[in-house]
Amino acid sequence: MAVTIRKFDAIVVGAGGSGLRAALELARANLRVAVLTKVFPTRSHTVAAQGGIAAPLANSSEDNWHWHMYDTVKGSDYLGDQDAIEYMCRRANEVVVELEHMGMPFDRLDNGKIYQRPFGGHTQEYGSAKMAMRACAAADRTGHAMLHTLYQQNLRASTQFFVEWMALDLIRDPQDGAVLGVTALEMETGEVSIFQAKATLFATGGSGRMFFSSTNAFINTGDGLGMSARAGIPLEDMEFYQFHPTGVYGAGVLITEGVRGEGGYLLNKDGERFMERYAPNAKDLASRDVVSRAMTTEIKEGRGCGKDADHVLLKLDHLGPEVINLRLPGIREISIKFANTDPIREPIPVVPTAHYQMGGIPANFMGHVVAPEGASAESTVPGFYAAGECACVSVHGGNRLGCNSLLDLLVFGKSSGEQMIRDIGSLPKPHRNLPKEAGERSFARLARLDGASSGERVADVLTDLRRTMQAHCGVFRFPEMLIEGVAKVKQIAERAGRTYIADKSKVFNTARVEALELDNLVEAALATIVSAEARKESRGAQSRADFPDRDDGKWMKHTLWYKEGNRLDYKPVHLKPMSVDSFQPKVRTY
Amino acid sequence: MRLSIYRYDPDRDAAPRMQDYQVALEPSDRMLLDALVRLKEQDDSVSFRRSCREGVCGSDAMNINGKNGLACITKLAELPDHVTLRPLPGLPVIRDLIVDMTQFFRQYESIKPYLINDTAPPERERLQSPEEREHLNGLYECILCACCSTACPSFWWNPDKFVGPAGLLQAYRFIADTRDQATSERLDSLEDPYRLFRCHSIMNCVDACPKGLNPTHAIGKIKEMMVRRSV
Repeated sequence: MAVTIRKFDAIVVGAGGSGLRAALELARANLRVAVLTKVFPTRSHTVAAQGGIAAPLANSSEDNWHWHMYDTVKGSDYLGDQDAIEYMCRRANEVVVELEHMGMPFDRLDNGKIYQRPFGGHTQEYGSAKMAMRACAAADRTGHAMLHTLYQQNLRASTQFFVEWMALDLIRDPQDGAVLGVTALEMETGEVSIFQAKATLFATGGSGRMFFSSTNAFINTGDGLGMSARAGIPLEDMEFYQFHPTGVYGAGVLITEGVRGEGGYLLNKDGERFMERYAPNAKDLASRDVVSRAMTTEIKEGRGCGKDADHVLLKLDHLGPEVINLRLPGIREISIKFANTDPIREPIPVVPTAHYQMGGIPANFMGHVVAPEGASAESTVPGFYAAGECACVSVHGGNRLGCNSLLDLLVFGKSSGEQMIRDIGSLPKPHRNLPKEAGERSFARLARLDGASSGERVADVLTDLRRTMQAHCGVFRFPEMLIEGVAKVKQIAERAGRTYIADKSKVFNTARVEALELDNLVEAALATIVSAEARKESRGAQSRADFPDRDDGKWMKHTLWYKEGNRLDYKPVHLKPMSVDSFQPKVRTY
Repeated sequence: MRLSIYRYDPDRDAAPRMQDYQVALEPSDRMLLDALVRLKEQDDSVSFRRSCREGVCGSDAMNINGKNGLACITKLAELPDHVTLRPLPGLPVIRDLIVDMTQFFRQYESIKPYLINDTAPPERERLQSPEEREHLNGLYECILCACCSTACPSFWWNPDKFVGPAGLLQAYRFIADTRDQATSERLDSLEDPYRLFRCHSIMNCVDACPKGLNPTHAIGKIKEMMVRRSV
C-alpha cells in the first residue's frame, strides 16, 4: 500500500486546551509542528467547560498555592501524586495570567482584576470551613473563551493544522519501543498518511462516551487511550471516573458547579437542602464524588423528585435575574433548551452524569509518558508525551476538583511543549528510520472494515457498551455487577472486532470514523471496568458496596491496565512533593 | 417523522439529489440531532458533522426547512412533521450535509482574530473594568458555526472579498477590547469597498444566529468608527 510520509519535528494529536497550549509553545520555538485533529479546533470538547480555571490569584479572598495543593491532594482522596500536584498549583497563576495576556475575556472585579468564584472543595487554610474564591471565570463559558483564545494565538503563531484528520495508531520502534509518529486518516479523502516525528504528544481528551448518560461530546471516544493500549502502553487508574452531580435530567448536558459557587443549592422532594446532612461545612460545595453519592442516595431512598422520583432539583432562582444573566447566562440558555425550565423562575432537574476520566495514559509532569520497564516503575517511553484528560499525571487521583481540569490543560500542555522542545534539541538532526511494518496495524483495521460485507452494527455495539458501563460501573459499584460487567464488556469488545459498515465511500465517511472510534472506546471501557472490579476499596469516585472504606495499607497505589491479556499491575503513589512536606492521608470529610 | 435530506457523495453520485426517510423517534429524542443520529442507525451513509450536542461547538449547522440553524438545539416539538435538510447554502458541498468551510475560515483569519498588544505584559493580569469587559458580551460568544455568513446574500456573491458577518463580529470583538492596541490597523484593513462595506444591513445574520448574537449591530459600530475617524 503506497502511503504518504509526512515528517515533522513534533506532532500534537488533538486540538483542545492542552494540545493547543503545547502547540503554541512548539510553534513559537520555530519547530516544524503538525496538529492533527478530528474536528476543527474550536469544536474540541474543551469548548464545553463552563465554570472556571482554578488559580490562587487571591483577587477576592486570601489564597495561596499551598492551600490549593492541599485541597487537590484531599480531593484526590490521597491518590494524586503530590509532586505533580505541587508542580501544577505552583504554576497556576503563571498560566492563567498568560492566558489573560493572550486575550482571554475573563469577567472582572470592580478593581479590574480577574473575577473569581467559589467552587467545590476549594477552601482556605487547609480545609477550613471558609471557602476560597479560586475559580477564574468568563461567565459560565470559560472553556469556550479559553479554547478560542488559544486557537487564536495559534493562528498568530502560524501553527500548521491538519483539520479533520483522525489519528489511527501509534508507530513504535520494535527495538526500544520509542514512538516514531502515528498513522492518520484524512476524512475528506479517505487517504491514510504516516506522520513521522521526533516527539509525539497525545492530547486526545477523555472517553465519556462509554457511559449512557454523559456530559461528553460525541467525539470523546478515548482515541489516545485506544491507540496507546493497542501499542502496548498501559492505562493508569481508569477505574476513577467522575460523575458530575449536575447533568440535566434526561439530556445529560452539563450544568456547572459554578451555579452552586454563585449560591445555588440542591433540594430533594421534601424541599430539603439535603447536602447539609452529608457535608455540614461545605454543603453543596463539597467535592463532586461526595455530592454525586449524596444525590444518588437521596434518589435510592425515595426522596427523589418527579413522578419517577429519579432526580433532584437545583435551585438558583433566589440569586435573582441579574446574577443569573450576568454570571450564568449559558446555564439559563441550556436549561430553557434542554429542561424546558427557566432557572430564573424554577429549579433545574438534575442527576449525576458521567463527566471526567481521572485516569489515562501514565505521564509525568513534564509530559513524558512513563511505563514500567525492568526495575523502574516509571521509565520514559522515548518520543512519547501525553497531556490533558487523556493523560494520568496524576494530579486528580481518585477524584478531580472542579476547575482543575482547565488548569491541568494549561499547565501540562505548556510543560509538555517545553519538554518536547528540550528533547528535540538534544536529538540528532535526522529522524529515526521507520520500521518496515509501520502502519500495518491501521491498514489491517481499515481493510477489515472495507472488506466486511456483514457483521455487527456499530450503533448496536456502542449502545450495548454504553448501557453496560452505565449499569455496571456507575456512582455506586457492587461486586456481582462488576464481575458480570467485566464479562459483558469483554464480549462487547469481541463484537467490536467484527463490526460492519454499509458505507464504503472514500469521501468523508463518518460511518468508518465511528467504527474506528468504537475500537478505541472499547479499550477504554475494558480498562475502566477491569480496574474497578480489581480495586477492593472505596476511594474518590470508586465506591464499592462490599468495601465501603478507603484502604491505604493495601490500595494506596496506582492501577496499570494492559490490553495484552487484560493484565493488571500496580505502582506506588508519589507521596513526596517537590519542596514541601507530604500531606498525610486523613479521613476525608467536607 | 419524515426527513428529506440533500444527498451527494462525489465518490458515487453524478449529481446531488433529495432522499426521503421515515424516522421512528423514541420518547427521549428531543432535538433534530437526535433524529439524525436515529436515522444514521438506519442508513449509516447519511453524513453530517456533530460533536457537543449542546450548541457550543458549532459543528452541526445546516439549513433546516429553509433556515440556517444548529440541529442539536432545534427542538423536534417545534418542527413540522416533515423536515427538509440541506447543507449550509453558498459553500461547496463535500458530502451530504457537510460543507467545505475553507472560505469562511479564511475570512475569519483575515481580520487577525487575536489580541494585539505589543507592550511588555505586566507581571499580573492587565486590568479591565467590568464596564469595559461588558463591551465584549454579545461578541466573544461566537461559535464559528457559519449560520450567519451563509445566510448573507453579500457573502454568497463575494465570499472571497466580503469578510461576512461572522468575521466582522470578531473584528469588532477585538476593536472593542480595551486591551487591544491595533484598532487603527484593524479599521485600515476593513476600509475597502468589499471587506466591510458589502454589508447592506439585510440582517439575515441576526435572524440566523443560533446564539442570539447581532453581527449587524457590530458592523454598524465599525462603520461608525470609520466615519468618525474620517471627519
